[in-house]
Amino acid sequence: MRKRMVVVEGSYAVAHAVKVCKPNVISAYPITPQTHIVEDLSQFAADGEMNCEYMNVESEFSAISALIGASAAGARTYTSTTSQGLALMHEALFNASGMRLPIVMTVVNRALSAPINIWNDQQDSISQRDTGWIQLYAEDVQESADMTPQLYKIAEDEDILLPAMACMDGFILSHVYEPVILLEQSLTDEFLPDYTPEFVLDPKNPMSFGAFADPSTYTEFRYKQEKAMGVALKRIEEVALEFSEKYGRYYGGLLDGYMLEDAEIVIMAMGSVIGTIKDTIDMLRKEGENVGLLKVRSFRPFPADEIRKALKNAKVVITLDKNISVGKNEGALCTEVKACMYNNRDVLAPVIGFMLGHGGRDIPVSTIVKMINKAKLVEKGIFIESEFADLREDLA
Amino acid sequence: MKEIRIHGRGGQGSVTAAELLAVAAFEDGKFSQAFPAFGVERRGAPVMAFVRLDDKPIRLRSQIYEPDYVIVQDATLVDVVDVARGAKPDGFILINTEKSPEHFKMVTKASIKTLDATKLAMDFIGKPIVNTTLIGAFAGVSGLIRPESIKNAVMERFPGKVGEKNAAAIQAAYDMMEAQR
Repeated sequence: MRKRMVVVEGSYAVAHAVKVCKPNVISAYPITPQTHIVEDLSQFAADGEMNCEYMNVESEFSAISALIGASAAGARTYTSTTSQGLALMHEALFNASGMRLPIVMTVVNRALSAPINIWNDQQDSISQRDTGWIQLYAEDVQESADMTPQLYKIAEDEDILLPAMACMDGFILSHVYEPVILLEQSLTDEFLPDYTPEFVLDPKNPMSFGAFADPSTYTEFRYKQEKAMGVALKRIEEVALEFSEKYGRYYGGLLDGYMLEDAEIVIMAMGSVIGTIKDTIDMLRKEGENVGLLKVRSFRPFPADEIRKALKNAKVVITLDKNISVGKNEGALCTEVKACMYNNRDVLAPVIGFMLGHGGRDIPVSTIVKMINKAKLVEKGIFIESEFADLREDLA
Repeated sequence: MKEIRIHGRGGQGSVTAAELLAVAAFEDGKFSQAFPAFGVERRGAPVMAFVRLDDKPIRLRSQIYEPDYVIVQDATLVDVVDVARGAKPDGFILINTEKSPEHFKMVTKASIKTLDATKLAMDFIGKPIVNTTLIGAFAGVSGLIRPESIKNAVMERFPGKVGEKNAAAIQAAYDMMEAQR
């Protein structure tokens, strides 16, 4: 496997993965907040390495709007954005999902202003949770790249037809140089079928997309989106396995466990912090501690049944959130994990919600150990509902 | 795992040096990871970049707090930044300076190595860009990476004459520092 690896920047690996998926239309707003992903793609397009329409537009709102039009016309479409750029797309994200357009977008996760901050957290994509987009979170550069063909295959499935976000942590993954296998064109051609939608905008056969639904039909549109997410729950697992068979790499489908079987304390998290948690677990296991990890790869659709099953033997669950719902004193993963347990008493473990890594604050092993130590206090009757895990005492 | 922290000033190519080390180490059969300490970069401002090297794939994503090795591209940083912070006692701090190691009175158990990389860069490259010279010197002192791999990485990044001049500087720095291993 080493032989096929090259050391490249995370953004380049993703841009290359997009290239081999052969999108017909890419549109992007090429200034801050943006990444090298679209810079590399525009280079590929200019060099004639891609047969696609590359559109430089004047805002992220235009970027997503252009793709909505292109996707409705039957094109495979791609864009990438981050933080404020994603926030600016918000309104149109609902149009993409409501019109059932399988746009794929890499979200390079970065913090939102104010105060101005360019660094990593996941508030941007978490804030788009309810827009009807599939959301997967990547653990490393290879997974960020590999998610691209996986998401096209899932999103374009005729029983799904939903847009999808591949979420990768800004800077930590987008700007890191590490060894990866650049996706092979031949394998990707075999893995990813052409996009041939049944309904397209076509002057010869005019039809309307997302036109008007009064109270007598609107609800059923939402119901059908929800049904499609249900299909996606199955397809995400299947496509991860199909990918594994073809390329030999697997990161879990909806979830992935690490040292989970006998773990009494289970850490749940999303994104690049997973690697640091795994190293921490290895260290603590050597000291005889029963700690495990449940990586959440799919946040939308939310794998409630699978989470309950995976947490059956847990004594205490810790959730890590690089986001906060201000006023709830919790991150989204914490809220949702707790909610999925309430009506189903298979899992009796208490859930402690930790918020950390906001605005690029580093997450060293010591922070993870500190959270695990707090989880151990539950035995002694000391329970924390939720808190910031990495506050500076001098500013707090 | 071996961890390297590079201190420089914006514009000196610290991030590039980290990337080139990662590419070279991978060519030598190691797994590698290179990333900057992201900041609001301005030319001349103190910056940092990090490199990890290991025999197995690297999962850890935090910044580096206890480096095995520190590379300082600009000796004036020593007065501004605690470049020795967390440095492991059996490692070294490599400083670009015409001064001798004794000149630097830092509180650290790590050994201090010095090299006039600016002079070497001027001699071989004709510009005071020291990042490639310093990673050549690093390879010399540490013995962690073959000079050929570093030269290959640099020449791939900077093809033609520029790459060749840099390669010559790398070899010279490597030869000079190998004795101090």
